[in-house]
Amino acid sequence: MTSHSVFSDLEPLLTQVQKPIQYVGGELNSTVKEWESADVRWALMYPDAYEVGLPNQGLMILYEVLNERTDTLAERTYAVWPDLAELMRKEQVPQFTVDGHRPVKDFDVLGVSFATELGYTNLLEALDLAQIPIDAAERTSEHPIVLAGGHAAFNPEPIANFIDAAALGDGEQVVGDVTDVVKAWKAAGGSDRGALLRRLAQIPGVYVPSLYDVEYGPDGAIASVTPRHSDVPDRVPKRTTMNLDDWPYPKQPLVPLAESVHERMSVEIFRGCTRGCRFCQAGMITRPVRERSITGIGEMVERGLNATGFEEVGLLSLSSADHSEIADITKGLADRYEDSKTSLSLPSTRVDAFNIDLANELSRNGRRSGLTFAPEGGSERIRKVINKMVSKEDLIRTVTTAYANGWRQVKLYFMCGLPTETDEDVLEIAEMAKEVITAGRAASGRNDIRCTVSIGGFVPKAHTPFQWASQASAQTIDERLAKLKAAITSDRNLGRSIGFRYHDGKPSEVEGLLSRGDRRVGAVIRAVWEAGGKFDGWSEHFSHERWVDAAASALAPYGVDLAWYTTRERGEDEILPWDHLDSGLDKQWLWDDWLDAIDETEVDDCRWIPCYDCGVCPGMGTDIQIGPTGKTLLPLTVVNNGGDQA
Amino acid sequence: MSGKPRKRKQRTPDGPPPPPVVQRLWIRYTKVGRLRFMSHRDYTRVFERAVRRARLPVAFSAGFTPHPKISWVGAAPTGVASEAEYLEIGLSAVIEPDEVRRRLDEALPADLDILEVAEARAKSLADRVDASQWQFTFGGLAADQVRPAVAALLATGTFTVERITQSGRKQVDVGAALASADVVDGPASCAIMTAIVRQSIPVVRPDDVYAALRDVAGLVPPQLPVALRLAQGSLDDSGRLLDPIAVDSTVITPSPAS
Repeated sequence: MTSHSVFSDLEPLLTQVQKPIQYVGGELNSTVKEWESADVRWALMYPDAYEVGLPNQGLMILYEVLNERTDTLAERTYAVWPDLAELMRKEQVPQFTVDGHRPVKDFDVLGVSFATELGYTNLLEALDLAQIPIDAAERTSEHPIVLAGGHAAFNPEPIANFIDAAALGDGEQVVGDVTDVVKAWKAAGGSDRGALLRRLAQIPGVYVPSLYDVEYGPDGAIASVTPRHSDVPDRVPKRTTMNLDDWPYPKQPLVPLAESVHERMSVEIFRGCTRGCRFCQAGMITRPVRERSITGIGEMVERGLNATGFEEVGLLSLSSADHSEIADITKGLADRYEDSKTSLSLPSTRVDAFNIDLANELSRNGRRSGLTFAPEGGSERIRKVINKMVSKEDLIRTVTTAYANGWRQVKLYFMCGLPTETDEDVLEIAEMAKEVITAGRAASGRNDIRCTVSIGGFVPKAHTPFQWASQASAQTIDERLAKLKAAITSDRNLGRSIGFRYHDGKPSEVEGLLSRGDRRVGAVIRAVWEAGGKFDGWSEHFSHERWVDAAASALAPYGVDLAWYTTRERGEDEILPWDHLDSGLDKQWLWDDWLDAIDETEVDDCRWIPCYDCGVCPGMGTDIQIGPTGKTLLPLTVVNNGGDQA
Repeated sequence: MSGKPRKRKQRTPDGPPPPPVVQRLWIRYTKVGRLRFMSHRDYTRVFERAVRRARLPVAFSAGFTPHPKISWVGAAPTGVASEAEYLEIGLSAVIEPDEVRRRLDEALPADLDILEVAEARAKSLADRVDASQWQFTFGGLAADQVRPAVAALLATGTFTVERITQSGRKQVDVGAALASADVVDGPASCAIMTAIVRQSIPVVRPDDVYAALRDVAGLVPPQLPVALRLAQGSLDDSGRLLDPIAVDSTVITPSPAS
């Protein structure tokens, strides 16, 4: 099948929409291959606006990995804003890729990366714009395989009817396996879509929902999940990419022409986290910890900066200061780029892993802007429940040192509605913020220091110890946040130095429904989209009422409701919708950790204590990969003619 | 209580001041094709990154948030193509202008081409730009259909249209800004209008020209016309446009036919 660019049809529409540059492609380091040159063609989608989707590391990595294969091409597509969507429907312009402006329906695979469940309605919108049937069951061999990935795909049941398959875990290798299977199927004629799905289901890490029957019991809970064929696995294991140094992607990061949320050269310095924060799905499903070496990081930064011209390097991971050689990495990079106004950032830093030397290295070549910490819980007690082992004394000491060293602004992140939480736990946040200000003023001798408290509703997630927990209702969250706000502003002298930012409980409630939903929730998503719902992650587009109404009508036939999915606590024996999707975590270990949580018992990090048997390493055949390597970053010796940057 | 306002000492970063500008360059560049959909804000970011990739020793301002020494001259609006955009850049080391052109052009995507780089010849580049030459292509129309409307607009001397912007309604005098215009038949049944438009406040955009032609003579093209800025420069007394960065006052466009 051949494919043509729809750009000439799109072009007249672009003069009528906001930020047209996001639809034209042509970014530095983007790739457009000849259509005929490839046997297998992927459209990779990030189901949110371009400005959010373009910097996404996952999509960028797969885009490069796939395009490095000579038999494969990959192009990108993003959610289009409602203004353009309306014109596209009117003028019959289908969902297109920004690289070749080819219709998404012409590709073999549509890979969609879900960082959050709030992108589900955008999937439906994109399928509809692409003129691909929304129900997977209605697709034929003429349509792409719709493959979900990303963290939210670890419970893809709510979108089970809309996708053909989901890829669990790291994507670098599984996309190659999928490509091989699709290529062989096409070479054999490519007519039997059912046969292709059966074959895909045999790839480790690939889950094909339509090959499983789900039955429900009289109490509304799942009675059984059964594979339909003997060659379809009972449980689908996740994929794990080992030896990160062998996967230095993205090598040539995309540089957007439009403004995007992260304008920096990002390097993933390690993957996985074993701190064991019980609320954190990312930390649970990405185990074990695998570090990129200091020299591997140095090479990626140098190549990436040369390829992009970015002014900031982001050292990414779930808890960046935990890298075994973080001090040498930051010092080495700060030395290398001292003269080039290149700044460094560690987006995720724990209070206990933070030290002022590190912070000084980070700000050496750039601005001493704000510092951000995430104690997550206001009281010592609740921090034991969530296993975020940070003491108030540590926090105050760290923050005070920062103020004394010239920082003016500290941001503190919290969650509201954590299991066992009471009003008192949340109100302690106000006390903490006030102590921070008092100590900070004393240490810095200044009155213009600030502390911002940022707080949102907690959402229990699949594959975590809190997967059984009752989610606090939106009303509970909103009431607690109001009390906290009153407590912060009660002292005018300190309160004027404290900022308060919060998200109300309503979006969290919807996220909760989708995070722990089963296949019946698909009817809700569909009803919301049909009622005009999309861009649910954007407050100006999100409608709580639309979701509540759709949930009431779409779930009624099943005898369940919104509260059944959100505020209901689950029992030990309940079959959870994602139990057949194997993140490696032993369910018994998760249950025991849940009991420990209620008991306020903490668990340490397995990097520094003996294995506590979460089950991931033996189950997946993986192991912790950490340094130190003992190596350092040498100064760069390349002299650039006429330049001042090296 | 009154008294002298408390004087706070201006905070300055530690360390030596940044190296001074030793070379100022004037640059002509394009924004055409798909990338005409860039906003000027987008372009400035893309250009600053290209400067870094090209490893040009751009000079920076002093202070806590140093900015590269780049100044822009009247950029074309989002969605409008231009073959004649201009900027000035200050370097902290001397580099051959042609070397700068080559390195920058290589660092920028296609459709954003660096056409000319020349040593600055006056204090301000902006002072040497007060008019643009535009080409408007009216698809589906013949020159004879466009010409009467253009003549009518030229004859008005002053003709105001209203533009709705984010900050409210603005009155734009298209008649006063239009210095000269000429319409010919182009290939594939279209009329091509070439016009010299003076810089004014608020600036006249292509959309304003179409609105004026519609309002003054009822010209409603079957499809949206396409605009391209061909040149910018200073308008002399005989209506000629002079190249802003050429050594002598090179004439870009001859005197308009009467």
